[in-house]
Parts: sequence; structure tokens; C-alpha cells
Amino acid sequence: MSYGPKIIDHYENPRNVGSFGTQAEIKTRKDVGVGLVGAPECGDVMQLQIKVNDKTGLIEDAKFKCFGCGSAIASSSLATEWLKGRTIDQAEQIKNTQIVEELSLPPVKIHCSVLAEDAIHAAINDYKQKNGIKAEAGAAAH
Amino acid sequence: MATPNTPRLPIYLDHAATTPCDPRVVEAMLPYFTEFFGNPGSRNHQFGWKAEEAVDKAREQVAALIGANEKEVVFTSGSTESNNIAVRGAALMYEKAPANSGKPRGHIITQLIEHKAVLDPCKRLQKEGFDVTFLEPPKDGIITADMVKAAIREDTILVTLMWANNEIGVINPVREIGALCKSRDIIFHTDATQWAGKMPTDVEKDNIDLLSLSAHKMYGPKGVGALYVRRRKPRVRLTSLVDGGGQERGFRSGTLNVTGIVGLGKAAEIAMREMDQDGARLLKLRKKLEETIVSQLDSTQINGHREKRLPHLTNISFGFVEGESLMMACKEIACSSGSACTSASLEPSYVLKSIGVGDELAHSSLRLSLGRWTTEEQIDYTIAKVVSAVRKLRELSPLYDMHKEGIDLSKVEWAHH
Repeated sequence: MSYGPKIIDHYENPRNVGSFGTQAEIKTRKDVGVGLVGAPECGDVMQLQIKVNDKTGLIEDAKFKCFGCGSAIASSSLATEWLKGRTIDQAEQIKNTQIVEELSLPPVKIHCSVLAEDAIHAAINDYKQKNGIKAEAGAAAH
Repeated sequence: MATPNTPRLPIYLDHAATTPCDPRVVEAMLPYFTEFFGNPGSRNHQFGWKAEEAVDKAREQVAALIGANEKEVVFTSGSTESNNIAVRGAALMYEKAPANSGKPRGHIITQLIEHKAVLDPCKRLQKEGFDVTFLEPPKDGIITADMVKAAIREDTILVTLMWANNEIGVINPVREIGALCKSRDIIFHTDATQWAGKMPTDVEKDNIDLLSLSAHKMYGPKGVGALYVRRRKPRVRLTSLVDGGGQERGFRSGTLNVTGIVGLGKAAEIAMREMDQDGARLLKLRKKLEETIVSQLDSTQINGHREKRLPHLTNISFGFVEGESLMMACKEIACSSGSACTSASLEPSYVLKSIGVGDELAHSSLRLSLGRWTTEEQIDYTIAKVVSAVRKLRELSPLYDMHKEGIDLSKVEWAHH
């Protein structure tokens, strides 16, 4: 696969790699929303985490880990950049098509951007559930 | 670990896909483009004779490589064509009942991890009324004579099994399977694309009726190959698929690719002389490659039988990293992956899936295949590069985190989409 410079850049220098704790810890942290989407046998698993400031309502930090191809890694890396500093409502507006455009994803890799959008929604829903906020309809994982 | 000297990059470790042409091969071919350009079918002038002479010599060289008589060598465009002529040609010749007769046309035995150039002709024959058994290889990837024996029926007309697998390099017991077929009067074809020119071949002792080989896997040019067709005990007949001028005893019409054929002949001659030495050297390098990698990384596995494998090929799965991103991380090393993301079909390798590797580890596999000019320096560089790439990607991998935390990934409920 021949990739454009933005994918290569995110792949080689992924932003915000990491986690706000072990799997057990992030499950119980109320200020952290975790989205885990994809499946190992499909060749893509994304784990996206948002840390929300309960006073300002802003996503003050975001982290990701990704098992997947170069496009999947780049899509999730870009997602963390875009999430930081947004409100939950603003974060929900991020669309996979914007990721496709920003990274110039080739057509066969569009599913990677869809997965990243799914991960964003899953993380937001996890945060909402933990904090007793009603989830958006239709935002569940596919 | 010490950083090895950097060899010239990129490093080519994809010799199972294709090999560079040996300069000695190119040199042998060159006069036949310009000076001796004749058509070997031109029987009444010098230009034709000169070309025919060259083709005859190449036929002897190929025959010698596989222990055949030169009359048994049919030149083709490569293994895909050889396989098609052999499988389809034999099925149509030896069928028990004609098409549209409503009667069963005959039984063919093959296996799940053949190359597509055998599988697809078999599937087409299946649609056309033949019965095809696709044997399921065990975890080591090897089909035994007993497995074939158990599948043979009254109406079995053809067994087609590869000698060595192109993705994992495992070697089937061709001699035993051939003997079994011989004793039952069943035509036996083997796709020897990855084998011929690398390992000793004797169509007599190995009990082979039909054998496919390709020039570009043995340091010859692309677009040329051969099909061995046994002429005695038994005399194998085939229904031709390409009709025309009746070249190659009618098995394969079309003006001969003289330059290519000369190249194949030369490649066969060199291979015959140098295969033992090449094989021993590459086996050492491959052992170093896989043993060092496996010793430096946890959760890796070598796919296929550990011993019964081609000396120059290894297929390794690296748990918790995905093949395409791994190839990106070692982009200075040209190799292949079983990952879906590297295939046109977006499906992980059917070969690895068929031997029970599991989709996740199939996505995580690399095939590294060494060749005549692979150096120890290149292997040292590759080891260092692969190990650091896997470590880097595991840093990124949520699956590796979970694994380290003792979470059983097979028990996690994944959001499939």
C-alpha cells in the first residue's frame, strides 16, 4: 500500500499513545471514557480514551492504542488530536469523512476512519454511562 | 544489542514471490533477441534452425534438472499455465463421462492450501460436474500419503498436490503420494513452482506424472515455465486448452518464447549445479533469522512444520501486531504478509487459516524468503529491524497490554462490524 505523507507522519510519530491506567483501572475511572472497537480476527482493534474535566466539560486529554494497519493507526492518532479541547457535544460531531479527507485515506482504507468514528462514540458513551448521562441514540458500536 | 552494519537498502527477502534474473541467464538470453531471433517453427531456413537448436538445448537442461526425458518437457508461460493445462487437461482427458451427460464425470483430489492456480481450475471443474475432494491439512501443513489414500475412490482420476507450499514452505511427501497414485492407476500432478531448481527432483523415483515449474522462481525470467508430461508408464495424455499451430506436441500451441526458454534452460542448468550449496547456506541463514527473532520476542510462532520445510523460507506470526503496519515499520525489507490489509481480497491468508493459525495470528504474519544473493549482513540487519518494529508496534497495541495484564483475548466480547 502506498500512503500519503500525512498517514506516514501519524504512523511514524503517533500522537497521544497510551492509556489512563490498566484495563481494570480505566473501567472504574469516572472521568475517563473508553472506547474499544474492532476485533483481532478482523485485523483492527482501536482503544480510544478521553479524559473529561467535570468542571469545564472539556476533553482535556485523549489517548489511543491501536492494533491495525498504518491507516488504522493514523486514523486513531488523528482522532486523539481532534478530541483534545472539545466538549462532548463537539466531539460527537467528528465524522469519518473528515478523517478520510484530512489523511487522504485510499478507498480501501475508509473502514479505518469508520472504526475511528466508532471508537470516538464508544468512548463518549462509556463516559456518559459512567456519569449517568443518557447516551445518544444510534451511537452504539455496529 | 549491537547495531549491525547497514547493508545496501532495501533488502529483498521475497524470493518466493519472484527472484532476480541471474546475470548468467541474461547473458545467455541476449543473442536470441536480436541476432538469433528466428521462429523455431520455421523449418526451412537458418534463422529457424538456430532458434530450434536453442530451444532443444533448453529442453535438455530442464529435463536434466528434473530427471526427465527432453521429449517430456512442454514449455509454457509459467506455472499458472502449466497447472491449468495439467489439471484441466487431465480431467477432461480422463473423465468418466462427458459433460451434460448427467453422470458423474470423475473424482479429483487436491487440498485447501494449494496455490490459486490449482484451486481455481479445480473449482471450475467442480462446477462442471467433477467431484473434488479438498483435503484439509493438519496444523503442520503437510498432506500425508495416508490422507490421500483415505480419499481415493473407484472413480478418482487425478491427484494434484503441491510439492512445497508457497506461503509456509512445508514439503509434501511427493514420492510416497506418487507411489500410491501409481499403484492405483491415478494420474499424479505436482505443482513444483517453489521446489524445482531449489531441491533435488527425479520424476522417475518421485513417481510423478505431471509437474509444473516456473523460471522466475529459480533466477530465470518471468513469463516462462514448463510442464513435465510423462511419456511412458503411463503415457499421459491431456486435452489441450490452447489450440493453434500445434507447437509443443499439441499440448500448448503458440510461437515459442525462445528468449524466455533459453533463460529457463540456463537457470535450470545453474540451479542443478548450485542448489546443494545454495540450500545449505540459506538454511543456516534462515535458522539464524528465525531462531534469533524468536529468542528476542515473546508470543511469536513459526508457521508450518518445523523441519519439513524449504531451507530458504520462513513464515512467522508476531502476536498482537498487524502485518501491514509491521511491513511499514520495516519498509527497508521487502517481504510478504498474510495480513488482509496486504491482499487485494482484504481477507487474511487462506493458507494460514486452513492450518488453524487463526485469523488474528494470520493478520500478524510475515513471510521472509531468502535467495542466492542474500548475505549474512542482510539477515543481521533484518533481525534487528523486525525485532525493533515488533517492539514499537506492541507499545501501540491494546492487545499486547491486555495480554500482559493476563486478559484472555479469546474471551473478550469484541464489537464485530
